[in-house]
Amino acid sequence: MTTLTTIAPQSYEEVQAAICKDGRIFVRGGGSKPALSTPSALGDGAVLLDMRWLRGVVEYEPGEFVFTARAGSSLREIAVLLAEHGQHLPFDPPLVEQGATLGGTIAAGLSGSGRHRYGGLRDFLIGVRFVDGQGRLVRGGGKVVKNAAGFDLPKLMIGSLGRLGVIVEVSFKVFPQPSAYATLRVTQASLDAALTTIARLNGSSFDLEALDLVFEEERPTLYVRQGGFAAALAERQERLRAWLGGGEPLPESEEAAFWSASREFAWVPATWALVKTPVTLGVIPALDRVLQAAGAQRRYVAGAALAWIAWPGDLEQLDAYLTRLQLGGLALRGEAEWPFVGVRNGASLTARVKRVLDPFHRFPIL
Amino acid sequence: MNLDGLLGELKRRVPADRLLRKPAQLAPYESDALTAFRSRPAAVLLAETQEEVIQAVRLCHRYGVPFVARGSGTSLSGGSLPVENGLVIALNRLNRILRLDPAQRIAVVEPGVINLDVSRAAAPHGLYYAPDPSSQLICTIGGNVAFNSGGAHCLKYGMTVNHVLGLKAVLPDGEVVQLGGESLEQVGPDLTGFFVGSEGLFGVALEITLRLLPKPECYRTVLAAYDSLQAAGDAVASVVASGLLPGAMEIMDALAIEAAEAAVQAGYPRDAAALLIVELEGERIQVEAEFAHLMQVIESSNPKTVAVAKDDGERARIWKGRKSAFSAVGRLSPDYLVQDGVVPRSRLGEALATIERLSQDYGLRVANVFHAGDGNLHPLILFNGRIPGELERAEALAGEIIQMCIALGGSITGEHGVGMEKRHHMSSMFTETDLQIMAELRRALDPAELANRGKMFPQGEAPALHGRGPHPLEEQGVISRM
Ligand SMILES: Cc1cc2nc3c(=O)[nH]c(=O)nc-3n(C[C@H](O)[C@H](O)[C@H](O)COP(=O)(O)OP(=O)(O)OC[C@H]3O[C@@H](n4cnc5c(N)ncnc54)[C@H](O)[C@@H]3O)c2cc1C
Repeated sequence: MTTLTTIAPQSYEEVQAAICKDGRIFVRGGGSKPALSTPSALGDGAVLLDMRWLRGVVEYEPGEFVFTARAGSSLREIAVLLAEHGQHLPFDPPLVEQGATLGGTIAAGLSGSGRHRYGGLRDFLIGVRFVDGQGRLVRGGGKVVKNAAGFDLPKLMIGSLGRLGVIVEVSFKVFPQPSAYATLRVTQASLDAALTTIARLNGSSFDLEALDLVFEEERPTLYVRQGGFAAALAERQERLRAWLGGGEPLPESEEAAFWSASREFAWVPATWALVKTPVTLGVIPALDRVLQAAGAQRRYVAGAALAWIAWPGDLEQLDAYLTRLQLGGLALRGEAEWPFVGVRNGASLTARVKRVLDPFHRFPIL
Repeated sequence: MNLDGLLGELKRRVPADRLLRKPAQLAPYESDALTAFRSRPAAVLLAETQEEVIQAVRLCHRYGVPFVARGSGTSLSGGSLPVENGLVIALNRLNRILRLDPAQRIAVVEPGVINLDVSRAAAPHGLYYAPDPSSQLICTIGGNVAFNSGGAHCLKYGMTVNHVLGLKAVLPDGEVVQLGGESLEQVGPDLTGFFVGSEGLFGVALEITLRLLPKPECYRTVLAAYDSLQAAGDAVASVVASGLLPGAMEIMDALAIEAAEAAVQAGYPRDAAALLIVELEGERIQVEAEFAHLMQVIESSNPKTVAVAKDDGERARIWKGRKSAFSAVGRLSPDYLVQDGVVPRSRLGEALATIERLSQDYGLRVANVFHAGDGNLHPLILFNGRIPGELERAEALAGEIIQMCIALGGSITGEHGVGMEKRHHMSSMFTETDLQIMAELRRALDPAELANRGKMFPQGEAPALHGRGPHPLEEQGVISRM
């Protein structure tokens, strides 16, 4: 049993001060991704940084399509603020209702179904400030939507799991939010048929907000979301339906609820592990065979770019399966000493970066 | 540094006609599109395979010789300027599109592939490659990756980095790494994104996996003329405030309009002080709805005239004028400098007024062509290099514009990169600690600082400012600015 001191910094200086003391540092945002925020084997004297008090918007000028906030701000408070100005984070970060923070979303590298339309987290994060393993406060990127000066440090923070530095402030590009949405539910005869439909849609000029493949009692079902001017939406959906040769519109009362439940992973059984796995259309048939045989639940979202796997058993088993398929994943929930499963590339470059940002091993290994 | 050792090994490995050594052969490589800087490399290797590039980098590492990767040499910030007595690794011949997968909407390309050729290859499948720098007829994907290049259509779909999913690269010490992959998603630090925009300092990209987009079903391109730049800038703000998200919003001022008209007869109104191009794109039904909304916004912004492209031909003409503006302005003056800075969109009007004042103070004409939607300014400073002191004055004016961008909370570069030109501005944008960490990261990849030595970081030793005139490759007819 390790003893763990918790510090809840309220300023960047307090984060720096915590790092300038001894001991290993473990960072937690909202705790909505327990596999990433539950420290294991840290040794005595370890410190848990609870980032939730380092919150609040620093700057928001709606006409700039940019906001800057402290990293512990919750996605929920940000979403509320942006909505007041008809804007949103188009990459649709998950776990909003479960208290996910901006910093935690970046550190875990998570985008949701809505990434389908304009891209993921990496396409909207434009600036960060973080404290590195030597307590240095560093800034990368900027507060304007376009900026090519210096190395792109914000990219290093994406998916860094709080192990390259403690993110304290972030700047995001935002977009106007469509004033209305509509979703078509299209059942498919088989997985192959579903993938063929996704490929057709991906290559078409339909502007889709989201395109998710889910299994309803093992029956492949597509949820196709459109967004835009309310006046044009019904006609657009009808056109899409005709092009697809079928599908039933979700009733308005269920539309938002479906996507919200999806964002919160309401479909994942409470005690199961949840794993994010980047995929491509081509690999899904082989992956799905394995997952189905193992009794896993899964969704292939954002035009089949991303698999969310709800895994009932031991993650070592999944690790072996993914490795065989040359896929890699990240566990967000579930017992995991080490959150990565399957293959990972670029490890040697990561190690070089880690030596610079964390030379004294203050953060867990990455 | 053991140059002879390196050259000896290279000679043994590549045929003489691909290892340029003679002064006349080297001359075209002495500059890039920022012709104010010039320096002579010891040799230019015209690489034909990835393996040759890897070998060359490893040899440079072994013999301690600095190297610069080079695409088409269109960098406007001196990014592809050779290191004096170093090696230039020319990548134009690595121009194969290795794979184009329409179902997964990706293309895997070598670095010497020309930007526009990706879209050309994708077109039969109804796909295109979104980043569209004005130099897209000649610049390479490798150069785009190094500079995270942008274009007119970045507002909605982002810059080069937003379209690069994976990379194979040789790091400056010879290690070959594979970053990212073919999925739009990834786990672990975004190393692909970190490599993009590293200006050649992280080594050489050998294979790049690009994301392709389906061509929009339709476009609506609106051309509005205004009495002042301020009015055009305000119109941009109103469009943004209205909740619309156009694919592109570009502004040109009177001087740029005049030049573009003279060069390509784009059909622009000649008596306007400023011209705004707004382009909507997407599904027809949605675009028509947006278009009605846009026209209301534009009409209430007090334009002199408004025209709408009636067909693809008219749309192409409008864009041709815009994309040729740089080189067209060049015809108005013996020499010019292109500046690239970013200001918050809400401060565009203020920024343009300051540029106008600076232009008067310095007695140099400045033409403005810019990506208004992202607040990305491109003032073109006209001067005559034959008049002693004018180049220096133009440089000083360019520097003041950049200082203004920083003061307004913007950036010293939106898309042309830091290169040679803006090294000394880095410390106004970043703190000593920020720069220190960037330097440490660089040394973690390149302890001897061989890759593109002297660029991006403030302390590099500067070669003397040199003459003027067109790019040496242009003089030789190897490239042209369309
Ligand atoms: C008329 C004109 C218009 C332009 N318009 C735009 C515009 O609209 N938007 C914009 O962003 N830019 C623009 N540019 C600038 C320029 O075209 C871009 O920066 C372009 O990406 C450079 O490509 P290149 O192939 O010419 O690269 P080069 O100039 O040869 O090289 C640029 C940098 O990339 C490095 N490099 C090249 N290949 C590799 C590789 N494989 N791996 C690693 N590093 C590499 C070089 O070392 C150098 O630092 C314009 C330039 C001109 C002359």
